[in-house]
Amino acid sequence: MNVHEHQAKDVFRRFGVPVLEGAVAHTAAEAQAVADRLPTPVVVVKSQVLAGGRGKGRFKEHGPDGPGGVAVVKDKAQVEAVAAKMLGSTLVTIQTGDAGERVHKVFVEAGCAIEKELYAAVTLDRAARAPAIMVSPAGGMDIEQVAHDTPELIFRAVCDPAEGLRGFQARELARKLGLTGEALRNGAALLERLVRTFIDTDASLIEVNPLVLTKDGQVLALDGKMSFDDNGLVRHPDLAAMRDPNAESKEEQAAREHDLSYISLSGDVGCMVNGAGLAMATMDMIKHAGGAPANFLDVGGGATEARITAAFRIIVSDPDVKAILVNVFGGILRCDSLAQGIVAAARTLELRVPLVVRMEGTKVDEGRKILEESGLAITFAPGMAEAAEKVVAAARGGAR
Amino acid sequence: MSVLIDKNTRLLLQGAGKAGLFHAEQSRAYCETNLVGAVHPGKGGTKVLGDVPVFDTVAEAVEKVAPTASMIFVPALGAADAIMEAAAAGLSLAACITEGIPAADMAKAAKFLADKPMRLIGPNCPGVITPGQIKMGIMPGYIHKPGAIGIVSRSGTLTYEAVWQVSQAGLGQSTCIGIGGDPIIGTTHTDALKLFADDPQTKAVILIGEIGGAGEEAAAAYIKASNYPKPVVAFIAGQTAPPGKRMGHAGAIIAGGQGTAAAKMDALRDAGVAVCVRPSDMAKTLLDTLARRGVDARS
Repeated sequence: MNVHEHQAKDVFRRFGVPVLEGAVAHTAAEAQAVADRLPTPVVVVKSQVLAGGRGKGRFKEHGPDGPGGVAVVKDKAQVEAVAAKMLGSTLVTIQTGDAGERVHKVFVEAGCAIEKELYAAVTLDRAARAPAIMVSPAGGMDIEQVAHDTPELIFRAVCDPAEGLRGFQARELARKLGLTGEALRNGAALLERLVRTFIDTDASLIEVNPLVLTKDGQVLALDGKMSFDDNGLVRHPDLAAMRDPNAESKEEQAAREHDLSYISLSGDVGCMVNGAGLAMATMDMIKHAGGAPANFLDVGGGATEARITAAFRIIVSDPDVKAILVNVFGGILRCDSLAQGIVAAARTLELRVPLVVRMEGTKVDEGRKILEESGLAITFAPGMAEAAEKVVAAARGGAR
Repeated sequence: MSVLIDKNTRLLLQGAGKAGLFHAEQSRAYCETNLVGAVHPGKGGTKVLGDVPVFDTVAEAVEKVAPTASMIFVPALGAADAIMEAAAAGLSLAACITEGIPAADMAKAAKFLADKPMRLIGPNCPGVITPGQIKMGIMPGYIHKPGAIGIVSRSGTLTYEAVWQVSQAGLGQSTCIGIGGDPIIGTTHTDALKLFADDPQTKAVILIGEIGGAGEEAAAAYIKASNYPKPVVAFIAGQTAPPGKRMGHAGAIIAGGQGTAAAKMDALRDAGVAVCVRPSDMAKTLLDTLARRGVDARS
């Protein structure tokens, strides 16, 4: 789960990671009120979307010469007008795709005089099986570009999974960042706390770009991006409550409520599969057969009839779906339960598109019989390849 | 011969809840699987599945029934502790089936295991099966046939698909290892390849990977560097997966251009692995490769 900058900064504050004073606003008037309370003459108004690249991003409504997603406002009285242009508009950045992301809130933050822009991130190092921190003196830029062009400017340290970043590791990284004197000590403390934040919140990513050294020698997180491990959210109800419902499609939301793993895609073949690997492989098969999947949907190994029904409803309710492929290898999930779930869903919904079923595994004969006797117009396929070809052909034929 | 487990394995169940008991019963019904006990804190002294003794701790089970391997069904927030418990009690093998363990917990468990001799399979995996002998996991036993093909995979049902294709093609499996779909796992593709390399029964290996991480690239490097003695056929799932989205498995995510199916397929091809593009072609590619390399894998 990804959260907005203002939420990440709330978490930072809780762990003693220095950030500037600021607050979130949902209306232009609220934004002006926040700005009036801030102690600095200059304030910054930042669009809150989950994608990166906001500064260089532009709004669909205001064109390429219009304002960007982040505005430095020198005349505080202008904050209301600036925020009004952002709120409700659609920000397109290199990370949002052409559709862009609608801005529902802005973060209004105190300004600061920047001496130097740096970079810091904490992630899980899969090979080291531990959290790792990565810093660079080349902050404020696309870090993937830095890694490609000047890899010698990126420094890493693997952290102990319980103890976090040790003091000496933090000081060495701060030195590599070019910090000296008091700033070196402050920077090291910030890095240690960033790793502590990562561990204690079950985060999967923290990225601070830029981390800044101010003219008066402070080191602070000017931006903040956090993602949390979905498996750890259960023990952090306060963090789980930060989920932005606008960031999910209606189908994704329904799927999450039923404990289904679902991702909307741009094609027209709806898929229902058990197991993540087989679900990805099924998407691949559809592509090789010349079609495009409308979704990734893993009903899980232990799916019940009720979950199958819910999954089927989600697929059928997607208006882009022109044909549906069910590919199930029954293990724990029995084919007869699957068949009953499909029949139950099809009875209450109008099945307006062709359905292709490929089943194998536990209780396959019973499952097949249930589907055959249901009176539903189902095309059966003996293997993955045939199933993919049939469903792609059906989708091309359009709705019946 | 086989790898990891055989009919002499003394199997323990950790987590005798509904799912654990259901699958333990299925395991027990499979060939010569020998389930010697179960661990469920607070239920020590009772029996499950008729005559299987229950213990409060793994240490107690070790004292009384001497298990050699454990399959773990403990719920997600207690599973990492259960893994460490198995290692501390001196077991040599554990397969953790549990899905949804926080990565932070697994990082701590991985550190704990670093100086212990126990091998961990998973978590978030279907387990291990040596066809005709023992089933230590949740896979449907009947699709397997004893034979000469080793299978290692990050996915559950996609492994069943591979097993099915191999069995339909008239071949069988030596051992099938589901290494799990999480970012932190105990046994990697490379570890499994090493086991199969030393197993005389295994004549060829099917390696199934997916997007995310660099385990497949590491396996490719190992195959190349070791001049791997047996034919390897591979399939990588997620060729059409969009970047930045978690595809069901916690570990299946393309991040920052890393972990794509294309990069993994290229690395494997470069190592001389026969990579099939379509998942429906796993057995066909295997048969072609065996014929080309002159390997007889009929059992």
